[in-house]
Amino acid sequence: MALSGLEIYKLLPQTNCKECGFPTCLAFAMKLAAKQVSLSDCPYVSDEAKMKLEAASTPPIQLVEIKGEDSEVKVGNETVLFRHEKTFYHKPGIFLRLKDTEDLETLKSKVAQVEAFHVDYVGINLFLDGFAIEAASGDAATFKSAISAVRSLSKKPLIFITSTAELAKAGAEASDGTRPLIHAANKENWEAMANVAKEAGLPLVARAENLDDLADLTQKIKGVGVEQIVLDPSVKGYKDSLETLTTLRRLALKKTFRPLGFPIISFPGSNEGVDETLLAAEHIAKYGGLIVLEDFNPASLYALLVLRQNIYTDPQKPIQVLPGVYEINSPDKNSPLLVTTNFSITYFSVANEVEGSGWPGWLLVADAEGMSVLTAWAAGKFDAERIAKDAKTHNVEDKVAHRRIIIPGHVAVISGELEEELPGWEIMVGPREAVDITSYLNAMWQK
Amino acid sequence: MAIEIPKEKWTSAVREVTLGATSDQGGTRKSTVTVGGATALPYLHFEGKSPNRPALALEIRDRKPGDWSPILLEAWGEAMEDPSEWARAAEAAGADLIYLVLGSTTKDGARNTIKNATATVRKVLDSTGLPLAVIGPGQAEMDNELIVPVAEEAKGERLLIGICEEKNYRTIVAAALANNHLVQSKTPMDVNLSKQLVILIHDMGLPLERIIMDPTTGALGYGIEYGYSVMERLRLAALQGDKMTQQPMFVNPGEEAWRVKESKVGEGVPEHWGDWKRRALNWEAITATTLILSGADILILRHPETLKRVRPVIDELYKPESTF
Repeated sequence: MALSGLEIYKLLPQTNCKECGFPTCLAFAMKLAAKQVSLSDCPYVSDEAKMKLEAASTPPIQLVEIKGEDSEVKVGNETVLFRHEKTFYHKPGIFLRLKDTEDLETLKSKVAQVEAFHVDYVGINLFLDGFAIEAASGDAATFKSAISAVRSLSKKPLIFITSTAELAKAGAEASDGTRPLIHAANKENWEAMANVAKEAGLPLVARAENLDDLADLTQKIKGVGVEQIVLDPSVKGYKDSLETLTTLRRLALKKTFRPLGFPIISFPGSNEGVDETLLAAEHIAKYGGLIVLEDFNPASLYALLVLRQNIYTDPQKPIQVLPGVYEINSPDKNSPLLVTTNFSITYFSVANEVEGSGWPGWLLVADAEGMSVLTAWAAGKFDAERIAKDAKTHNVEDKVAHRRIIIPGHVAVISGELEEELPGWEIMVGPREAVDITSYLNAMWQK
Repeated sequence: MAIEIPKEKWTSAVREVTLGATSDQGGTRKSTVTVGGATALPYLHFEGKSPNRPALALEIRDRKPGDWSPILLEAWGEAMEDPSEWARAAEAAGADLIYLVLGSTTKDGARNTIKNATATVRKVLDSTGLPLAVIGPGQAEMDNELIVPVAEEAKGERLLIGICEEKNYRTIVAAALANNHLVQSKTPMDVNLSKQLVILIHDMGLPLERIIMDPTTGALGYGIEYGYSVMERLRLAALQGDKMTQQPMFVNPGEEAWRVKESKVGEGVPEHWGDWKRRALNWEAITATTLILSGADILILRHPETLKRVRPVIDELYKPESTF
């Protein structure tokens, strides 16, 4: 159970030395209770206090790690129900299901496709996290050769789907140097599965039809000595998922209910009549931990990976770029000069478009406190005064020989004021959306 | 072991708001749409009610827009040439209400006129029995100029009119008051600003039963997380008893999702973005689905296919049978 600020205060030195950066030990304790600082910021905390605080701060949702040859997925360790309360930490791993009944060539071509898949989103490289290989054949040798085929092309983390200990063991044997997740122990096979997982030191999924059975199952598995557990509550559809996953998150965080304090695996495409992409989106927003897709489709995957990035953005740190003048496509003194804000999504949208247009250009990124064009303008952070000031601070006069500046179409209303703020400059009103920059430059900018 | 399911005890509910008026109620609509009324976080039926299904609107324009994605042009085809036809097509596609946006200019590029605006609204009212939202071009001055006469033309219909924002709310609210309409109270992604504008509008005498709150959102990849969290915070405040945050929430995933590169552009984009049409439709449907989870009560969409995809999600979420 998490300690209150006062309880933590009692364990601190109470000397108000201020070395942690706070005026009093009580102030530091309050910050610690809100999980906004780390205990290590206090240089004088006693070992005894440290132990007590650490025991109390054992994460209510266990962190589980699945390792491939060159990458790993960590899920769990979440501390809040709503992202605005702090942030969501460990992005759900997104996996693709493969079956060992497919011939090895088909299997390999699928793996190769996934390995090649990666997209750039605001400077971040997004890709699929790994594969869930199902032992659909029921045959250990076939399963092993499917695993080797996948591993011959991919070093990503793996999940093995099987309900028999014999096949789980075969999987473990074929995964030297890695740490796959085994799916799944259920009320019939749990003992044998737990033994395999324990022996091989692998994390194990507990699967049950309802939460009562699921809690019983994790306790039994734990009793055998498996510590790393993932929950499969067998959710069906949009509503059952929402109610079940929300309840699991609440039980862990609000009740510190250890038997269900584990990350969750889900299979959004496994129910008939359900739109896999939309249910996967729900699982990303609402408490999924590992999401196994049936279908590899870039048009869906790209959108889901972006959603995951958005939901797991730290809301207390607006994503910004440094204000300044950015060079795109090696501009010279005659190249167009555009201005936008320093909200990173805005910056990347505009910079990518200018780059893609083939036009060399100067991009003045104004200090709009990390807000998008319209929001910043509404908040008075992207007005004529601010743009003129930043134009001067960053010496745009020396960068270009012409005196023309292109402002976003959404702030057309400020062009009069900007003319007054920047005497001698022509204010050009650009397109409202970044996507129209190419056609705008082609039509409006004379070389 | 028998697990006790944790339930939050909420003290308040989201206000119920009805759009559209039938002939008994002083309008000419064949049906009305009621949203809001939730007594718990979205669709957690084990701790409260979500009595009204979120409404799905399709957006139409007074004239064929020049800058919409070719995928949308293909979907609506000829119907876009005439607002009555477009409204009929939107009704046939399953919309709960029609969201009509008036442009700033007419077909020939001239400034839009009061005459054109009122005539368009009349035509759309005549061609569909669904409730209607009528929204101006998005420039405060023009919104006032066009929406006031529209409100008079459609007196008694309980239209949702807008854009009603800090700059021009007095004019729009006065028009709603005089003609029995509702307003779209729009603020830029901020909990306090949302609340403040509702207070200002209510202070003018407009009943809270006639205010829809538009907290503004971004598309997937373009700031959706800001809108999502503002909506979650507003909904939590509403359930905890903060009266001026209890209005049903309006969002526009259609407009947001269809203006981004991912849905607008099919050529010259990274290969791994995948099939253009499928990606574009995913962009709108995922934006909508995510916002449904943060509490959206009215969603504006642009593609009829998205409405068909999102409808079953809503239908299932809204069914009162609970897992627990």
